[in-house]
Amino acid sequence: MKQTRIVITGLGLTAPNGNTLAEFRRNLLTGVSGITTVDVRYMGRHPAGMCTFDPLKYQKKKDVRIGTRVGSISIYCAREALADSGINLDSRDKSRIGIYLGITEHGNVETENEVFNISQFKYDTKFWTHHHNPRTVANNAAGEVSLNLGITGPAYTIGAACAAGNMGLIHAAQMLRLGEVDFAFCGGVSESPQTFGIFAGFKSQNALAAHADPTKASRPFDKARNGIVISEGGCIYTLERLEDAQARGAKIYGEIAGYCVNSDATDYVLPNPERQAECVRKAIANAGMTVEDIDLVNTHATSTPQGDIQECVAIAEVFKSRSTPPAINNTKSFIGHAMGAAGALELAGNLPSFDDLIVHPTINVDELDPQCDIPGLVINQPRQVKRIDAILNNSFGMLGINSTLIIKRFAS
Amino acid sequence: MTKDACKKLVIDIISDIAPDEDLSGIKPEIRLRDQLQLDSMDFLDIVMELRKRHCIEVPEADYGHLASLESCAEYLTPKFPDSAKA
Repeated sequence: MKQTRIVITGLGLTAPNGNTLAEFRRNLLTGVSGITTVDVRYMGRHPAGMCTFDPLKYQKKKDVRIGTRVGSISIYCAREALADSGINLDSRDKSRIGIYLGITEHGNVETENEVFNISQFKYDTKFWTHHHNPRTVANNAAGEVSLNLGITGPAYTIGAACAAGNMGLIHAAQMLRLGEVDFAFCGGVSESPQTFGIFAGFKSQNALAAHADPTKASRPFDKARNGIVISEGGCIYTLERLEDAQARGAKIYGEIAGYCVNSDATDYVLPNPERQAECVRKAIANAGMTVEDIDLVNTHATSTPQGDIQECVAIAEVFKSRSTPPAINNTKSFIGHAMGAAGALELAGNLPSFDDLIVHPTINVDELDPQCDIPGLVINQPRQVKRIDAILNNSFGMLGINSTLIIKRFAS
Repeated sequence: MTKDACKKLVIDIISDIAPDEDLSGIKPEIRLRDQLQLDSMDFLDIVMELRKRHCIEVPEADYGHLASLESCAEYLTPKFPDSAKA
């Protein structure tokens, strides 16, 4: 069946090492980490990735006070994407615009804050804020964008653990193909470093990164890696059907070539390389491609001892027939794990490769783990290549959800 | 606690709840909602902050007393413990 072609026509982002695509890309090519340390409630200082965008660029102080951190991240990214797309919202039917944002979790931050708040009042719940429910509903991030932009079409979040960033784009492409909307804001967002629960949970799981130098704490594929660096961030794209984008002469970053979402159905937290490999293979098939067509693989690897190996096993298996492997890199080594934003942000960091033919490296690999030593890894220094026509982006999450998204160079 | 001091406490709360508003020209006798961008959720915030900062409870039936700065002062001033001394 011939699919309606869907293209990326704009994007806005905030990452721990950049608040625009140009800044983000520059830092990825020059080895600049965005990881610092933050004071985590009850736990002291830990490495984390925090964003430095100005919420007041697009929000009133009152809206920042009432809303959530992830709401501000989402609004910033959506507004930046809108400006980048060149669309004038006032000339569009706002009921035909969708907002689809991937999230790993939501509500932990706000709930923890309120529990702490009432702890100052002997746990008397009459001091619990009436803002709690609108702040913690699962659609909060997308809802705040709809309020800010006056968009009246569908606006909701997609909960898919750390596979969620890819899911936002995949879902938007599906809605555009179904004709449910004519224009979509989509991607992933995260405010996770504001919740001690995620830090404590990973620490209890022996999966929280620790390093004297926070910029070296996120080190996928390195032998000394010891866990995840939790980060906030967001990346929102504007997606359109190709004919709509061409009719208005839009700039096109790339085309949604194919995707797959599947589930391990084997464990709450441990990844399953067989299902990951299956997800990658199905995405390639969905794109009408073969493994020979993939030029760049952006890994999900989170810097955990086991998870990185499992993904390497999956990738090596899928691409074993290649005489020349695709370039393989990892963006979390710069920005940590931006949870629901990870897939969308990491894709954005690689999209400029279509133009400059440079693959950003995985940094902090002082001693490559032999079990992660698969052909094609781009380590510590960017690599100039001859061809980048297809980028494959992996994002996997707890409860065994896997997502793979392939973006190809646009050719009319 | 004097009524003027009470008005200042209320303005302090409003300045946090509606940080974008210019409160310098606020007219005490005019309804707050007629001169500021305040909605029902903001009034709940005012009630909460009176509770947190000053241990003052405003029952729902009395919310109407918070309509203007003047009516706030009239209603709230006697609720402060040191009002009798003022």
